[in-house]
Parts: sequence; C-alpha cells; structure tokens
Amino acid sequence: MNLDFSDDQKFLQDEAKKFFDKEGGLSNARAVMDNSLEGDEKLWRKIIELGWTGIRIPEAYEGLGLGHLELCVVAEELGRSLAPVPFSSSVYFFTEALIKFGNEEIKSDLLPKLVSGEVVGTYGIAEDTHQATESNLSVTVTSENITGVKIAVPDAGVASHMILVVKSKSGADLRLVNLEDSSVTITPQKNLDTSRAFFKVEFKDTPSKLLGESGEGWTHIQHLLDQAAVLFAFEQVGGSQAALDMAKAYSMERFAFGRQIGSYQAIKHKLADMYIALTLAKSNCYYGAWALSSESAELPLAAATARVSATKAFQLCSKENIQTHGGNGFTWEYDCHLFYKRSKVLSVLLGSEASWKEKLVSNLEKTNTLAKG
Amino acid sequence: MDFNDTPEQAKFRAKCREWLEANAELKENKSGGHSDSTLEDHLKVAKAWQQKKYEAGWAMLHWPKEYGGIEASPIERIIWGQEEAKFNVPGGIFEIGLGMCGPVMMQYATEEQKDRYLAPMAEGKEIWCQLFSEPAAGSDVAGLRSKAERDGDDWIINGQKVWTSGAHYSDYGILVVRHDPDVAKHKGLTFFFVDMKSPGITVKPIKQITGQAGTGAGFNEVYFDDVRIPDSQRLGEIGDGWKVAITTLMNERLAVGDAKGSDIEEALILSKTKDDAGEAMIKNDSVREKLADWFCEANGLKYTKFRTISALSKGEAPGPEASITKIVSANKLQEIGNFGIDSGDMAGMLIDENDGVSSFQGAWLGAPGLRIAGGTDEILRNVIAERVLGLPQDPRADKGIAFKDIPTKA
Ligand SMILES: Cc1cc2nc3c(=O)[nH]c(=O)nc-3n(C[C@H](O)[C@H](O)[C@H](O)COP(=O)(O)OP(=O)(O)OC[C@H]3O[C@@H](n4cnc5c(N)ncnc54)[C@H](O)[C@@H]3O)c2cc1C
Repeated sequence: MNLDFSDDQKFLQDEAKKFFDKEGGLSNARAVMDNSLEGDEKLWRKIIELGWTGIRIPEAYEGLGLGHLELCVVAEELGRSLAPVPFSSSVYFFTEALIKFGNEEIKSDLLPKLVSGEVVGTYGIAEDTHQATESNLSVTVTSENITGVKIAVPDAGVASHMILVVKSKSGADLRLVNLEDSSVTITPQKNLDTSRAFFKVEFKDTPSKLLGESGEGWTHIQHLLDQAAVLFAFEQVGGSQAALDMAKAYSMERFAFGRQIGSYQAIKHKLADMYIALTLAKSNCYYGAWALSSESAELPLAAATARVSATKAFQLCSKENIQTHGGNGFTWEYDCHLFYKRSKVLSVLLGSEASWKEKLVSNLEKTNTLAKG
Repeated sequence: MDFNDTPEQAKFRAKCREWLEANAELKENKSGGHSDSTLEDHLKVAKAWQQKKYEAGWAMLHWPKEYGGIEASPIERIIWGQEEAKFNVPGGIFEIGLGMCGPVMMQYATEEQKDRYLAPMAEGKEIWCQLFSEPAAGSDVAGLRSKAERDGDDWIINGQKVWTSGAHYSDYGILVVRHDPDVAKHKGLTFFFVDMKSPGITVKPIKQITGQAGTGAGFNEVYFDDVRIPDSQRLGEIGDGWKVAITTLMNERLAVGDAKGSDIEEALILSKTKDDAGEAMIKNDSVREKLADWFCEANGLKYTKFRTISALSKGEAPGPEASITKIVSANKLQEIGNFGIDSGDMAGMLIDENDGVSSFQGAWLGAPGLRIAGGTDEILRNVIAERVLGLPQDPRADKGIAFKDIPTKA
C-alpha cells in the first residue's frame, strides 16, 4: 500500500509552494483584481520558465515527460496561492486534449510551443446558462468550419488556441481552433472572481481541426472533464487548506470578551468541521490521483468523488473563514473574499455540484460491489 | 502511488488468508441488526474463536512472543485486521480488554503480573472492562469521585462507576479512583486493576435505548462497597492516575475507529432493489443526492485510512488525519440507518415485517451510542481543534483549586 506521493513529487510540491510564496502569494490575485487585468503575465512567464506547462508533455516534444501526479502536486499549490494564471485552461484541458486526441501533425506543431509559452490554450463547453449536453449544442461545424458562440471561456484573452465541443454531422466533435484567426471575436464577460477572466468567443466560419474521432466529441470532452476534475480538486484542497490556515491564525490573534476567539467552541468546532471536510476531500483527491495516473476505469467515479468532496470543502472553508474574521472578513482589504470567490468559480467551472453528484451516482449505479476500506 | 503490498506484505497477507480460510467462513451476508443468540452462546463462540487465534499466534500478533504474540509490525497488524474482517467471525467483547487494558498492563504492570494476566487476556479466557466513567464524570472523567483509602497493604474502594461496557461478563477491570480530594482534580487520581469477583462489587446491567440489558454490547452500573484492592495492583505511582488513564484513552481512540454497521454499500443495494412507487428508490433524486454525500464520506474515510496505512508501511508516523474517523462514521451510520427505515415508508417502524431493513434499524438504534462512547462528537471536535489545529483550550472553572472546591451545581 502506497497511497502517497513520491519523495520527488513531494519535493516538487515544496518547490512550488516556495515559488508561489516568493512571488507574492495571494497578492498576485489581488493585484489582478484591483487592476482589472486578465491575469498575471509576469507570474505566468516564470511558471513557463520553470517548465511546468510541459510537465505532461513528452520529452520528444520538449516537455518534462512527467506524469499526472506531478501535475496534482503543482495544482494544490496553485490552489493554495490562488495563482491568477491560465494554467488550468492551458494545461489541464488544452494540453491534455492534444496529448490524448491530437494527431502527430498537431502535436509536433503545438506541444513544443506550449512548453515555450508561445502557445496558450483554453477550452469551451458552455453556450448558455443551461447545462450543456450532447444534444443541446448549438455551435456547429460544417466542412471543418465552426460557427456559433461559446461563453464563460476562461483565459481567452491571453490564449492563442482553444479546444471546443461542437455539433457535427456525426454527433459531436472535439475541435481545435486558432483564436488569432480574424473570424473569431472575443469579448470579456464580467464574473464574480475578478482574479480570473472569462470571455464570450464568437466563431464565424472559423477554420478548425478535428481532435480524436468525429462523433466522439462528447465522450472525449467527458474524459477531459474527469481528468480536470481531479486536478481542480487538488486546487480546491490547496485553497481549503489556505482558508483554514488563515481562519486559524486570526482566531488565535483576535480577542473578544477578554479571550482569544479561538478559545470559543463555536469557533473551535467550526474549524474542526473545516478540517474534517478538508481531510475527506484530500483523501478523495488521492484516490482521484491514483485513478488518473493509473488510467483506471474507475476514473469517472473517482473524479466525481474528488470533485464533489473538494467543492464542498472549499466552499465550507472559504465561507467560514469570512465568518471567523467577523466584520474584517467582509472587507475588500482582508483576503477572505479571494478564497470565497475562487471557491465559487471553481465550484461551477466544470459544471454544478448537482451535475457531478449525478455523475457520481450514475457511476455507482453501474457498479455491483464496493470494496470496503 | 499504488495499492499493492510489498512482496513481504503480500506473503504475510497470504499467510493470514490461508489460516483464516482453514478456520473460518468468508462473509456472504452482512451482519443482521437484531441478534437472537443469547449472551451465553455469544460468549462461548467468541471465546472459542479467540482461543483458536491465540494458539496460532493471531490473537495479539503485535505482542511479544512470551505473551502469545508474534511481534508483528503495525502494518502486519493492519493486514491481519483487513483479512479477518472478510470472514464471518465473532468480535466485540474483547476489544476493550485487548485494545485498552492490555496496553496499560504491558506498560505499568510488574513482570509477574504480566506473566499472570496477559496471556489469558489474549486467549480470551479472561475478559477485561474499563471502569472510568461515573455518574458525574464522563467527558470530564478526571472529575470522578470514587474514593480510594489506604489501609495497610490494601486500598479500600467506595463509589460508583457507570456505563461500563461488558462489566457483567468481565473477570477484571481497570479502574481510576480518587485517593486525595484536597489536591487539584488531575493530581488526586490513582490507577488500579481489580478482580471483578472481589467482595463488595455489584454489577447492575443498564437497560439501553435498544430496550435490551445485559447483552454483548451492554453496559452497567458498577458499585464498590468497601472493596479491597492490594497495593500491588496499583498501576503507576500514587497520584499518577491521570497520566496512566491518558495512555489508555489514547489507545481507546485507536481501538474504536470505524462505526461498524450499515454503510454506503448497504444503502446502495437497498436503493437499487427496493421499490418506491413503482420505481427503484435510486431513481429518486433526493435518494441520489444522499448516496452521493455518503459515498464521498465513506470513500474519504477509506482513503484516509489508506493514507495512514501507507505511512505505517513506510515506517513513518501517520499524520493526524485518522482523528476524523469516529465523528464522520458514527454520524453517517445514524443517517444511513435512518434512510433504511424510511425505505419502509408508512410501515418503516415495524420490526418483523421489514425484510432487509432490520440491520438499518439496528444501526439507527446503535448510532447514538457511538456518537457518545469513547469521546462525544463535541469532545472529539475539541480534540481536533486543540491537538491537530493547535487552538487554545477551553477556559476552565476547575483550574488551580482543590478538587473538593470545584462547583458541581448551578
Ligand atoms: C455505548 C457506550 C459504551 C460506553 N462504555 C464505557 C466503558 O466501557 N467504560 C467507561 O468508562 N465509559 C463508557 N461509556 C461512557 C462514555 O465514555 C461517556 O458517556 C462519555 O464520555 C460522555 O460522558 P457523559 O455521558 O458523562 O456525558 P457528559 O460529559 O455529561 O456530556 C453531555 C453532553 O455535554 C457535552 N459536553 C460535555 N463536556 C463538554 C465540553 N467540554 N465541551 C463541549 N461539550 C461538552 C457532551 O458532548 C454531551 O453532548 C460508554 C458510553 C456509551 C454510550
């Protein structure tokens, strides 16, 4: 039994933690918010220099050729520091899509450029405020060209390329487009967490390339979503831990009625509940990491479990961190709202909690026995 | 990251498995809720199984050879536990003795006492209980009032213990009492072990909310009237009772982990097979949501345990993550029991009519006890807050004053 990261992976995590701390920790997310930016370009450049955009890219394409577990530990640290960079869009989705579904021509063209930072990718699924399904897609591909509108696309302002799921003759396709094409119009959309940027992306006869099998686009995107769910769950766990740490520090330092507020049970038990939710989420993430890295058939169940559990934990920790801070928690000056907002965005970014619970249970329905712990 | 045994672990697991297969039956059906066997039968079966294990070295496998163990490592102990859990074997009645009394005897008893008591304990010939809680001292167990007075080479004990699991079938017990009410609460305690057949001890089974008294899982009032205990049965120094008790309570937390009984698997099977207005229950959205939540908890606990095992397997000290186990599992058990009963709809309360529901009824009736025994939910939250997160202790009204001056009433 070895449900743990290796020493090398732990070392990488430690380096990532030190890196984000050194680069300013939460102040980067705050600066993006305060200055209405689309991301922290300097931080992103440094991440590229560290080679992390190429963690999963094979050495033949100039990447580091490492596994998903290395990505998991970096994700946790990105989550802890709320790093305002297009890492998740470009690495968890776009790069993974090319590795898994790209043909040789696409891979040899784009993978090295993802490593060097010349290419940044993102993804598009949502088209309106209803849950996207294979049958309600309206963005359409006809003879390789795409027309229609995707919304809530993260990082499209800085991305050069995008993968998207579209309606095709044979059902749904997963397709690759160059966002720099003149037929593409990108408009910023206001959102709750202004440390991250979202966009409306309109296509008019935009040239595209097929990824994977035509007609299999929906299955492909589900697989990418499952993978990303595990990685985002690590971000959520990192964020939960940071929010709990912040609540803990404040509860030791703030006095009320002549006592540290952390000596009141209402606060102690609140923090204990945060710890419980975080611990369950973390253990579920380890299960997800195992399923992801071993390409297990259990990935859909493991991903949904990690996601639901981590979504709960981050939402609990971030809202109760505000509560623990009292009036200060409601000010712009204190960092509590950064976690609160990020937790909400992460909780819907891959689809609602309800939709993931549904995935979880429909996977349980298919299994006959559960192994006991 | 993998779930595989090392070659040595796999070899050890195969050895456990081979012995279990030769001596017990694999579990097919999950344990039912209401057991009809009498206490006497239950004890007989449990003792026979314990003896069998003892003879083969499995009873207390981590113990030294001289007391019947095989000096197994923590990870081997876990592997044995995992394998034994797959078989239909009696359990329960030795947990307190082996989990708590054994370790404290091992640490504090004399060599002669260890030679005399440990092997019969491991063998299941002698059953032990834990005499800590009192009517006025449960969570605040250091507030106990039972008295010990020195009389030559003996101590005379007077007072009352309560909720003592298994006292009605136990041969020995570990006991904390107050030898000095004039010093601060934690300083006036002394620890003993006692023969439950000593003159002056009266055990009265308590009827539990299940309606039963004197069952295998039952607890008792235990009265001490001028009970004589030789000073040689003192464990630790006079006045060190709290220190010794804490060692025991630490072991208790390891002994009472997962709440046993209906879990996500049973809930899932029930919701797939049981009909709800013409459709399987699992088609109901509110059922689906509950299943998702319980799966996240059950799975989270399972992999929390795996993380602990992984650390032990590498010879590292596990993190504090296991501290969440009892709170999460006892509350989940209560909810799942509740859900199982609801599946019978208007007739869910009926006991004999509900096929497949009796184990849920048992879970629902037993769960409140699990949320209290071995540290209440609230005390465990305090433990997490103070020991894991490092938050301050609650302010206390009993600090720095003699025990006899501590307020007890409004
Ligand atoms: C099934 C079962 C088996 C048991 N077996 C044994 C046994 O074998 N041996 C033995 O010695 N004892 C045993 N006990 C007793 C058990 O240890 C105590 O019941 C338990 O510690 C709680 O103590 P209490 O009953 O005095 O409740 P109290 O301590 O009076 O608690 C009442 C309520 O107040 C809360 N409370 C108390 N203190 C605090 C605090 N500081 N902060 C917040 N809330 C607080 C509790 O959480 C609880 O909700 C058993 C109990 C049960 C239910």
